[in-house]
Amino acid sequence: MTAALEVRGLKTHFFTRSGAVKAVDGVDLSIERGRVLGLVGESGSGKSVTGLSILGLIDHPGRIVEGSVRLDGQELVGLDRDASRRVRGRRIAMIFQDPMMTLNPVLRVGTQMSMALRAHETVSNAVVRERSLKALGKVGLPAPEQCLAAYPHQLSGGMRQRVAIAIALLHSPSVIVADEPTTALDVSIQAQILQEMQRLGAETGVALVWITHDLAVVSSLAHDIAVMYAGRIVEYGPTADVLAQPRHPYTRGLLDSVPGEAEPGEKLAQIPGSIPALIDLPPGCAFRARCSRATGACETMPEIADIGGRLARCFHPLEAA
Amino acid sequence: MLGFLIQRLLQAVAVMVVISVLVFVGVFAIGNPIDVLIAPDATQDIRLDTIRRYGFDQPLWKQYLNFAASLVQGDFGRSFVFNMPVLQLILSRLPATLELTLVAVIGATIIGVPLGMYAGYRPNAVSSRAIMGLSVLGFSLPTFWIGILFIMGFAVELGWLPAGGRGDTVEVWGIQWSVLTLNGWSHLVLPALTLSLFRMALMIRMARAGMREAMLSDYVRFARAQGISDSKVIFGHVLKNISIPLVTVFGLELAATMAFAVVTETIFSWPGLGKLIIDSIQSLDRPVMVAYLMLVAFLFIMINFSVDIAYAALDPRVRSGRT
Amino acid sequence: MRRDASPFLRFWIEFAENRLALLALGVVILVVGAALMAPLFTPQDPYDIGKLVLGDARRPPGHVGSGGYVHLLGTDAQGRDLWSAILYGLRISIQIGITAGAVAFIVGGSLGAIAAFAGGRTEALIMRFIDLQLSFPAILLALVISAILGQGKWQLTVALVASQYAYFARTAHGAAVAERAKEYIEAALSTPLSSRVVVFRHILPNCMPPLIVVATVQIANAISLEATLSFLGLGLPVTHPSLGTLIANGFQYMMSGRYWISIYPGIALIVLILAVNLVSDQIRDQLNPRLQR
Repeated sequence: MTAALEVRGLKTHFFTRSGAVKAVDGVDLSIERGRVLGLVGESGSGKSVTGLSILGLIDHPGRIVEGSVRLDGQELVGLDRDASRRVRGRRIAMIFQDPMMTLNPVLRVGTQMSMALRAHETVSNAVVRERSLKALGKVGLPAPEQCLAAYPHQLSGGMRQRVAIAIALLHSPSVIVADEPTTALDVSIQAQILQEMQRLGAETGVALVWITHDLAVVSSLAHDIAVMYAGRIVEYGPTADVLAQPRHPYTRGLLDSVPGEAEPGEKLAQIPGSIPALIDLPPGCAFRARCSRATGACETMPEIADIGGRLARCFHPLEAA
Repeated sequence: MLGFLIQRLLQAVAVMVVISVLVFVGVFAIGNPIDVLIAPDATQDIRLDTIRRYGFDQPLWKQYLNFAASLVQGDFGRSFVFNMPVLQLILSRLPATLELTLVAVIGATIIGVPLGMYAGYRPNAVSSRAIMGLSVLGFSLPTFWIGILFIMGFAVELGWLPAGGRGDTVEVWGIQWSVLTLNGWSHLVLPALTLSLFRMALMIRMARAGMREAMLSDYVRFARAQGISDSKVIFGHVLKNISIPLVTVFGLELAATMAFAVVTETIFSWPGLGKLIIDSIQSLDRPVMVAYLMLVAFLFIMINFSVDIAYAALDPRVRSGRT
Repeated sequence: MRRDASPFLRFWIEFAENRLALLALGVVILVVGAALMAPLFTPQDPYDIGKLVLGDARRPPGHVGSGGYVHLLGTDAQGRDLWSAILYGLRISIQIGITAGAVAFIVGGSLGAIAAFAGGRTEALIMRFIDLQLSFPAILLALVISAILGQGKWQLTVALVASQYAYFARTAHGAAVAERAKEYIEAALSTPLSSRVVVFRHILPNCMPPLIVVATVQIANAISLEATLSFLGLGLPVTHPSLGTLIANGFQYMMSGRYWISIYPGIALIVLILAVNLVSDQIRDQLNPRLQR
């Protein structure tokens, strides 16, 4: 069985006046139908750009310089504008962080859903209505009829995000890329949406790429987890393994700085320093300046390799506990 | 919605009162109106008589009340120069100015908005830079100077179009219109274009800024992620968003353009209100000045009022009482 | 770009990257310099009526007049050397534009800031009035005021200030309100720092960028408005012609082919306004945080 989404050696660079920013610099991912992949990293790690690159939504001055993105076996990199557009929204969809901003404030929900449907299909008004209602019902919105006639500001944040998910589901895509879709929501709403997505993934068999900075979110949702740092994946494997026994020092650092894991009163661990600027990045492991285990060997970039049942990019991986 | 309307109407009345006070103080209280009303060599008796007749011996607030009372009754006095009721004089000149202003602003919008949207959609294209260059030029050239250049080029050198006047008019509903005859249009083109260049530059800038901001917004990114084509994103999503500020500008510009018509009308001898007010200022025909200012203020308030309503109609957030 | 450079130097480096803006800045400096030192570059004092010879009136460019020197750009209807009249006219235009801009900056800026910090009724009253005035076209206001006050330099300046201060007031008010709402101000106010320190060290510097942008635009506007009023016969008298007056006086001779009386002052005016606008455009782009990447 071919993977629903297969990303190989993806490099997306932004060519600014002060130099090339290597936002994504060689990313490999693979995800099968019905599964959830958590793509985790701090802001600036390149996780969002990876999502946008998969959809072909990189704008000037950015460009995919290398690599391949295969959707159900079909190559997406290098498609012309229109072919790329015909894939987007129909076979692969994306939802974004702030549901307040992702829906157009001056158009009714129904109008926006109709435009999304008609981007790929020629259908009658009755069909548009029927399918929109069905999609809204599927994401658990209590009154789909009223929702269709509403303007975004008349809905709550959680409802808006459900509308966005419904729009993403309209064409039954193989893959949905979700870029921090719950970050802007209240914790209780966040949990509801997560549950909903889990259910939808199981029911529709859609493959879900869940981009987040929050390890707690992916731990309950994702089958696999990929940790990104400075444009590269540093650790990639089954969620349970990675979280229970991280091998890359950066993953360990991330886990230690989650407050839930610490005892009250105990000082929270933190990773010293901050994520480096992606412009003029020195060769070698990008994490070495912040890493207690770094040695002279780290001045060359380690390859990503199988270490204890998952992939990790490190010369000095942590031992299994 | 009704509450909103009533509130706005009350505001409009209040503003008219404030403006009438300002105009009264500005035009009547500063300087001595008697000097204008009588000959410099008049005897003291005539002088006193005139002062009494016009009520200038009364306290200022009483003078204002008299002034306001006659304004409410539509009595603006008689023009010293034309020796006819001011209201009649102004109403006879109004259509020419309205015609010129409307053609200029509508033209500026029809040409400026698409150009600006294009420049905002492709900010780095050479054509966009050219459009922006043009708009800087439109901003920088004073209206009177554009008029002079047009007259030099199209009227004097090329002889294609007339340099002034209104041309043939057709009477509809008892009003003369130039837009309905070919000859009228030939007279209208140059002044309208002169008047519209600045507005066009403004429209280009507004539309470009709105477009640029919209294209970077999350809802456009989401729409594009749905596979909606750029043209549908622009005409289905963005246009309605940016039309909200543009409607505001359109309304305000309509009013400001009427004011700027003063310059254009003077250059092209267009027999409208603007030419009338300049002539009145030069001959110190105060009743005409007062009436003109009150009329422009009134039009302004009406236009602002309509803009508010159009705004509410376009933006669902305002309509439902949230801002 | 060097990261260690001072903000001022960095601003300058970025400015200089736009060749057109740099050229425009050069033109502004050149024109202002030439206008300020007008007597050094001109063969005639155009305001000395005693020296004007009517026999030299309306001569084309290159004519050698009774003064024995060449009229490079010809002469106007009163026999003035146009080159001299243009430089002196520029001087008046710049003088009025900058004076009006500066006074409007101070008056409007303080009014807006006062409104923002007084709050309550005072704020509502001031801003209502400002909004009312802004909905009224500046040119009309300037027209009426100069009609009431009569011709002359200071009268014109008053008219320009009265019609322009409101833009500064609104900008200052908007910026000050936005600053006031920011958390760092609240934080600074909750420390023992005096509120005067907060206003002068924190708030005012942050309100400056938008005000500077408005100022550059308004100086160009003031110059343009001055020329327009003078063109309409409401600005400066024929004895002290500004660029607008010169253009207006030449307008009537244009139909008979004596183009130079209007055209050359017009070109000088446009070059000045265009250059100021190009400089202000670049400054605006640089100070606009939303367009920065």
